[in-house]
Amino acid sequence: MTSASALLLARFQFAFTVGFHIVFPAFSIGLAAYLAVLEGLWLKTGRSAYLDLYRYWIKVFSVVFAMGVVSGLVMSYEFGTNWSLFARKAGPILGVLLSYEVMTAFFLEAGFLGVMLFGMNKVGQRLHFFATCVVSIGTLISMTWILASNSWMQTPRGYTIDPATGRFLPDDWLAIIFNPSFPYRLVHMGMASFLSVAFVVGGTAAWHMLRARRHGKLPSEQIRLMFSMAMWMATIVAPLQILAGDAHGLNTLKYQPVKIAAMEGDWESEGRAPELLFGIPNMKTEHTDYAIRLPLAGSLILTHSLDGKVPGMKDFPRDQRPPSPVIFFSFRIMIALGMLMAATGLLSLYMRWRGRLYVSPFLHRLALIMAPAGFIALLCGWVTTEVGRQPWTVYGLLRTEQSVSPIMLPSMAISMTAFVIVYVFVFGSGLVILMRMLSRQPVADEHDASQETPADILAARSHPETVLQRPRDGV
Amino acid sequence: MTGIAYWLPVIWSVILASAIMIYVVLDGFDLGIGMLFAVERDRGRRDVMVNTIAPVWDGNETWMVLGGAVLYGVYPGAYATLLPALYIPILLMLLALIFRGVAFEFRILTRDRGTEALWDLGFMIGSGLAAFCQGVILAGVIQGVSVTNGAFSGGPLDWLTPFSVVCGLAVMCGYTLLGACWLVWRTDDVLEQNCRRWAGVLAIGLFVSIAAVSFWTPTLNAPYLTRWTIWPNIAFVAPVPVLVVVLGFLFQRGLRQKHPLSPFLCTLGWFFLCLTGLGITIWPYAVPPTLTLWDVSSPPKSQIFQLAGTAILLPIILAYTIYSYRVFRGKVTAADAYH
Ligand code: HDD
Ligand code: HEM
Ligand code: HEM
Repeated sequence: MTSASALLLARFQFAFTVGFHIVFPAFSIGLAAYLAVLEGLWLKTGRSAYLDLYRYWIKVFSVVFAMGVVSGLVMSYEFGTNWSLFARKAGPILGVLLSYEVMTAFFLEAGFLGVMLFGMNKVGQRLHFFATCVVSIGTLISMTWILASNSWMQTPRGYTIDPATGRFLPDDWLAIIFNPSFPYRLVHMGMASFLSVAFVVGGTAAWHMLRARRHGKLPSEQIRLMFSMAMWMATIVAPLQILAGDAHGLNTLKYQPVKIAAMEGDWESEGRAPELLFGIPNMKTEHTDYAIRLPLAGSLILTHSLDGKVPGMKDFPRDQRPPSPVIFFSFRIMIALGMLMAATGLLSLYMRWRGRLYVSPFLHRLALIMAPAGFIALLCGWVTTEVGRQPWTVYGLLRTEQSVSPIMLPSMAISMTAFVIVYVFVFGSGLVILMRMLSRQPVADEHDASQETPADILAARSHPETVLQRPRDGV
Repeated sequence: MTGIAYWLPVIWSVILASAIMIYVVLDGFDLGIGMLFAVERDRGRRDVMVNTIAPVWDGNETWMVLGGAVLYGVYPGAYATLLPALYIPILLMLLALIFRGVAFEFRILTRDRGTEALWDLGFMIGSGLAAFCQGVILAGVIQGVSVTNGAFSGGPLDWLTPFSVVCGLAVMCGYTLLGACWLVWRTDDVLEQNCRRWAGVLAIGLFVSIAAVSFWTPTLNAPYLTRWTIWPNIAFVAPVPVLVVVLGFLFQRGLRQKHPLSPFLCTLGWFFLCLTGLGITIWPYAVPPTLTLWDVSSPPKSQIFQLAGTAILLPIILAYTIYSYRVFRGKVTAADAYH
């Protein structure tokens, strides 16, 4: 049997690898949509700045996408390596959903990615635009399937349990896919991806504007366009995201009340409940220490009425409570960042109205600091969701300790070490490369002025003599 | 067992085998090109090599994701037994593929030659290690894993045998040959000539490997030998060695007469014969020597739902995959690095 520490390592390893993975798909989902919009606008208006931005961000996309693919490849085998008991029982349902994801999304993206990255001059403009759109749609389809899987694990429906083997047998595929938490998760995650990318784009633009300002120059047209588009996204989507998060919370309250109790650090079930702004939940003493309470707000937020009853962890047996201290904080970080993002959006709207969008150093500094906020919120949201699901893998039906593979502690420990070393090195290098790319300004006629689309660089490298003199780091 | 519960797992075994075959061929030449970095040191030619696969490598790797997903959904019992049993080679392969996948992008984007050389090394070693591990994994399945009550019950290093090491090396050799033949087809000039030379040598290596593995496999498990010597299997077995040799002649002739495509096709033929042979050897086991396809299958309802989607989607996937290969067809030369 697998020991407790091997279980812990298996969980940690899975969380570590999926935590790395999710950042890249989220980046790809948002960026692919942005690229499709840019190329569409360019085709429609003929304004060359759109094309410059397209060419600038597609280089980023090619790197991010590659990192998403290789980290995703790991995920598709990890269910078997780390969670073989889970895979055996849930495979008849989740394996099928994953296969559909591969066939409807991964192949689609892969098939048209080549045309998108390298085919600008091989196929016509419209066909190229079509390829960009297909890649973007592929990322959205992929998100849909994987969230259907994850949501089924949170709120399982449409199955029967085979008494002989304990396997989950599919009963009703529509009920499996459209399980109760799926629509909420899909909307919330989709907007999270768009917001994350908007803040990266906005932060990049802000950095270049601050730099231009320091050199006493005006920001270029491309930079201004980038900033404006990103801030529109923040203005519109960040408030919507708060509404979506609220709706998601109500859904969770209905189906996983103990998760909500743990997120809120509430021990007693009560009406007219306060909202804890801060506190340190203690699982042993069943009490939240150092609590700072906002009267009535808890009931108001969770039930939308002043004397609605909110759940407490003491309503549930000890062995069914998730570790509250982790999700109490991850949840609050997500909320705080969500509020800050909305505030940034609103501030930009005000500045836009006052005509100061491109000249306000305060807004630019804020946008720069907020650049990673989307991704941090996204990771915190996932930690809340997944840790809050404990101690179950399939909610209420299959416990985590009954899901793990019969792998010995030494193998687990060695592989965990290898994962940490490889991931930190590989994705660390990726981050450095991305930062370098973003520290170079997009320039007019990006194609000629830079050799940094992968194809251009290759061309330039094999033909140094035919390429104009140009420093690689531009500006 | 009768009817649908019997036939579904059989149909799926054909689909899975085809997916594995497609994967081996497509990612095989990808990985082979990585390994050829060991002998091709010229920076410009390395760029051309990478250029021939840049638009397609992601799609090639997706066949492996499909393999994992199909195993998970259709044969969850095999997925849940084989992956823990082959834990170490599988994780090594995944880590190697990570290195290779990013090294591929990063080598173009780094600014100094030192870093570039480092990523080139990562590309080469990652490709080699991934190929080796795939051979080991294949061997691990063929030589069988210990199973109690339908779950893996062996030790973490059970897979490590002389047989699995030989298979690992054989796959490395085969993939490198595929890579060389791919480059013969898709490049010109010095690179093409180099590849013709290497292909000649590698083909001999693969030939020897095929012979070794063919004689070794039947000794691993008693049923394997009988499977090859009973009627009607023997009718299939008998022509196989002949076909292998015929392909060898065609291959050598193609190389000598400077055919662009025939060495690649002959190598494909070899791979096809080997994989089919192995499939017949282990049939009807999914996890030799204990669990059959039917023991590890998911219920018909899962298999039917997935089959419906596959029947519609797989032809579409093949169609646009072929389209994207066509967009980038023709010789890739240093002069037209995808302008
Ligand atoms: C940019 C990212 C981002 C932002 C700004 C927010 N969230 Fe979020 N949240 C996510 C990104 C995210 C996520 C990563 O996408 C999660 C994890 C799983 C999921 O579907 O969405 C998530 C999950 C999640 C859950 C589900 C927990 C569960 O039941 O499993 C709730 C209740 C909220 N969020 C609530 C909020 C509220 C009230 C926000 C308003 C400030 C908010 N989120 C902002
Ligand atoms: C949508 C696809 C996802 C699926 C199908 C999925 C599935 C799983 C499974 C099977 C486990 C192991 C069992 C367990 O410990 O509960 C797990 C745990 C975990 N996952 Fe996810 N996961 C998904 C997305 C994510 C993402 C994007 C994150 C990002 C951080 C994440 C974070 C975690 C964490 C932190 C754990 C460990 C929880 C714990 O053991 O305390 N998951 N998930
Ligand atoms: C909410 C969580 C997840 C989302 C939204 C998501 C979405 C995506 C997207 C959009 C891609 C393609 C884009 C890219 O490669 O960057 C991708 C790649 C991949 N994901 Fe995830 N994923 C999630 C979690 C997982 C999990 C838990 C698994 C494990 C089964 C997984 C398996 C894969 C695989 C195998 C790939 C590579 C596919 C390829 O070859 O293109 N993903 N994912």
